[in-house]
Amino acid sequence: MAKLPDQLNNITERFGPHLAFNTGVRLATNVEPDKIVKTHCCFCGQQCGIQLKVKDNVVIGFEPWEEFPFNQGMLCPKGVKRYLQGAHPDRLLTAIERDESTEGGFRPIPYDQAISRVASEIQRIQSAYGNDAFAVLSGASLTIEKAYLMGKFARVAMKTAYIDYNGRLCMVSAAAGNKKAFGIDRAANPWSDILKTEVVWISGANVAECAPITTNYVWQARENGAKIIVVDPRITPVARTCDLFLPIKPGRDIALFNGILHLMIENDWLDHDFINDYTVGFDAVAEHVRIWTPRRTAEVTGITERAIRQAAEMWGEAKSSFLLHARGIEHHSHGVQNVLGAINIVLASGRIGREGCGYATITGQGNGQGGREHGQKCDQLPGARDISNPEHRAYIAGVWGIDEKEMPGAGVDAYEIFRKIDRGEIKGLLSICFNPKVSLPDNDFVARALDKLEFYVAIDFFLNESAHHADIVLPGSLHEEDEGIVTQTEGRVIKINKAVDPPGDAKQDWRIIQDIARAMGRERGFTFNEPREILDELRVASKGYIADYSGVTYEKIERQGGVFWPCPSAEWGDDQHQDHPGTPRLFEKGSWNPIAKGAGPFYFPDGKARFNVAQYTPPAEDVDEEYPIILTTGRVVSQFLSGTQTRRIGPLVDQYPEPRIEMHPRLAEKLGVEDGDWTTVESRRGRITLKAQVVTTIRPDTIFIPYHWAGAKSANQLTIAAQDPVSKIPEYKVCAVRVKKAETAPDWTDGGRRA
Amino acid sequence: MAVPSHMEFFIDPNRCIGCQSCVQACGECDTHKGHPMIHLEYIDRAHSAQTTPVVCMHCDQPTCAEVCPADAIKRTGDGVVQTARKPRCIACNNCVLACPFGVPKMKTEFQLMMKCDMCYDRTSAGKKPMCATVCPSGALFFGTREQVEQLRPRSQPVNRFQFGRQTITTKVNMMTPKVGQAEYIDVTAAMDEEAIGKSIFLNILSVVEEDLDDSEQV
Repeated sequence: MAKLPDQLNNITERFGPHLAFNTGVRLATNVEPDKIVKTHCCFCGQQCGIQLKVKDNVVIGFEPWEEFPFNQGMLCPKGVKRYLQGAHPDRLLTAIERDESTEGGFRPIPYDQAISRVASEIQRIQSAYGNDAFAVLSGASLTIEKAYLMGKFARVAMKTAYIDYNGRLCMVSAAAGNKKAFGIDRAANPWSDILKTEVVWISGANVAECAPITTNYVWQARENGAKIIVVDPRITPVARTCDLFLPIKPGRDIALFNGILHLMIENDWLDHDFINDYTVGFDAVAEHVRIWTPRRTAEVTGITERAIRQAAEMWGEAKSSFLLHARGIEHHSHGVQNVLGAINIVLASGRIGREGCGYATITGQGNGQGGREHGQKCDQLPGARDISNPEHRAYIAGVWGIDEKEMPGAGVDAYEIFRKIDRGEIKGLLSICFNPKVSLPDNDFVARALDKLEFYVAIDFFLNESAHHADIVLPGSLHEEDEGIVTQTEGRVIKINKAVDPPGDAKQDWRIIQDIARAMGRERGFTFNEPREILDELRVASKGYIADYSGVTYEKIERQGGVFWPCPSAEWGDDQHQDHPGTPRLFEKGSWNPIAKGAGPFYFPDGKARFNVAQYTPPAEDVDEEYPIILTTGRVVSQFLSGTQTRRIGPLVDQYPEPRIEMHPRLAEKLGVEDGDWTTVESRRGRITLKAQVVTTIRPDTIFIPYHWAGAKSANQLTIAAQDPVSKIPEYKVCAVRVKKAETAPDWTDGGRRA
Repeated sequence: MAVPSHMEFFIDPNRCIGCQSCVQACGECDTHKGHPMIHLEYIDRAHSAQTTPVVCMHCDQPTCAEVCPADAIKRTGDGVVQTARKPRCIACNNCVLACPFGVPKMKTEFQLMMKCDMCYDRTSAGKKPMCATVCPSGALFFGTREQVEQLRPRSQPVNRFQFGRQTITTKVNMMTPKVGQAEYIDVTAAMDEEAIGKSIFLNILSVVEEDLDDSEQV
């Protein structure tokens, strides 16, 4: 009965989003904090160090943490204002239960009563329809301890195959591509290597807005003499001063990478020794890219032949290079192929595994890296182990103290979980750290699916738009109310420190999960007293395989300013690993890993990296006469993901209050739209009316809308649920739309917060 | 305590990404909490993502102080021009109108001119200003001249500005490119042919001493 309550205005009046500004003690000057806690930002994958000022169990402000090596005190506006999410009027201070007769559609109930109801509903649904009728959706903003516990909870306590996470919308294409090419899924280099490189290639990454601190690395490289190549349909702030800008047509990245490799081969800009000694599969790829002549590449990508040749020359002749990409090439129905195309030009250059020679995806979510390693992904077990591999199953079953046969097999991706809900195969859902109604594509379908659930329980600190559909919402914890580890974009494991206690009945998420397990009578394995104990079990569970955290401790993180995994403990190799410092740079010649066992630096039995043929296919939905314009989506610097937190922080909302439709004046003129006009965008799935922003910094065949908003302002009403066949990432970055000047202004009487 | 003389403020608009981190952080400063003193503007958003942060340049002979009829604006011995003194400020707006950089803000709710004081509470206690600590792109930088020379070999600090017949020297430095370049990228032009060259190297600031015509040439 997870229906949306009738009185939605009441819901937003009661539960927000309301805007918090600094008032009271947060506005007073010269207030001495009780303590200052060194921790990290709660938002993106860079995990900047920050110090939080605490007074009377409230975070009242921040102080830069200049000693933390990654960001050295630097912060983006989200980090600066994040403290305003604490002591927020929208905070869920009790468990709430659906009650149509109550204002706002929910009534507070005692925590224990809520837990009992959740446990009994799980058991009712599972005994009526089978264990797999109840699914779990988790998230990559959770600490590693929590992410690990979610995977264990689904497999051991709920015995369901259906767990997946919101990293599915984020990093999975990069992960799949990296595993195919390198055998391991992690940034190959620390960011300090960016400073020592000759060429920085950035494909599909709005670095300045989505990973602001990385800007300083890129621009310091430039000061040091590096050339910067940016590939993007928009002139983003980091593209503004680059040396070569390639304004690619969305969805055509493989063609560009193949075209570059074609020219590298033609001009013999290849590292033959590296290709021969450290890779396999080059010949097939070389054969495949023969068709990708500069002319053909230009035709497909919408970039001039001359610019393509310039890029190939800059890349080809460089002695050192660092290739960065992000969601811009990954959010595609061929996202993995895009990533493989990028890796091919890296491998052909031989510029990896050395100082100043690197490759990385820029992780999106806070724990995007760590959250995808330890078993909340549908096909994965801790340590980046494979749930279909009998040896891996046996090892983890041993750690968990269960019979391997009891462990469910591989499940399905997050979007497929919604399709199963829609088909009636899944009847119950537990979600945490995920707001699919805003963040999944074609989200009208997602909302309809949520309405079909027999029982939906959400764990969150604010009532997000998906949780509007819930039967029970359990009050979870903010980032600053718990401790644990997170792995940021470089592969550096950092430690989140607790600054304040959760208010009211709110509980640390791992306690809530354990309380549910206990109420289900499945307490065994869920009796941890603190995150450190969870980490200790994870260290054992991850030991000996690729994502080895067995040598990671809170103390080592603090001592070293972070620990790059793999960080094995003594038993892995020999005594010299007793106090392994971690591995900042992967793939160094002569390095050892548990797959190659000394045969080579890459994570395959022969130690060699793999070239993979990257096959170009057009986007799932290309433009046509009816829908002639490309829509691409992305972020703005002041908002984060589905906005559950940042749409509640007043100064961040003021900075960029509403989404706008970015379009080129050439397109605007054709449509009769002027800057600031209400403009309607329609796709085959939905429509949206927003103000136009007319700028020359975008391709004329493409419009851009940021996706952080809900309801009538949600860009994901338009996007397509096409997915990559391997990674299952949705195609957020390209679909077909038609655009016209709106006849009337949109109905904002609901404050634009219609669910 | 004073701001150590070897520590200087450098603005590099070429690096600004418009993220407003400086503005948001300025509003967290203990002396004027909730009231950011920084202006951050798009130069011409229709054609470029270029933004520029405006903090007080701390003039050697501050125009704001010179035009103040109430003598409310003081420059400390270490060269920092302070917010107007509350008992003296008559909220006449002379300083707001006269400042060639457009820095002072009239806070009508306090009947007081407020402006960037280079985080005097922090800088005089050996810390960096809040904005220059958090700025994620290095557009605002606080450090020694040696540091900036080492970190920014492509540009040079300038602290002389010409406004009509008025020449101003400032405590704060503006980083300008060693090679003069100009204007903005037009994505359509880049698509049509000029992906590199004329429109790709750009900088909105030209060195003040240079002839304007020269700096606009490419």
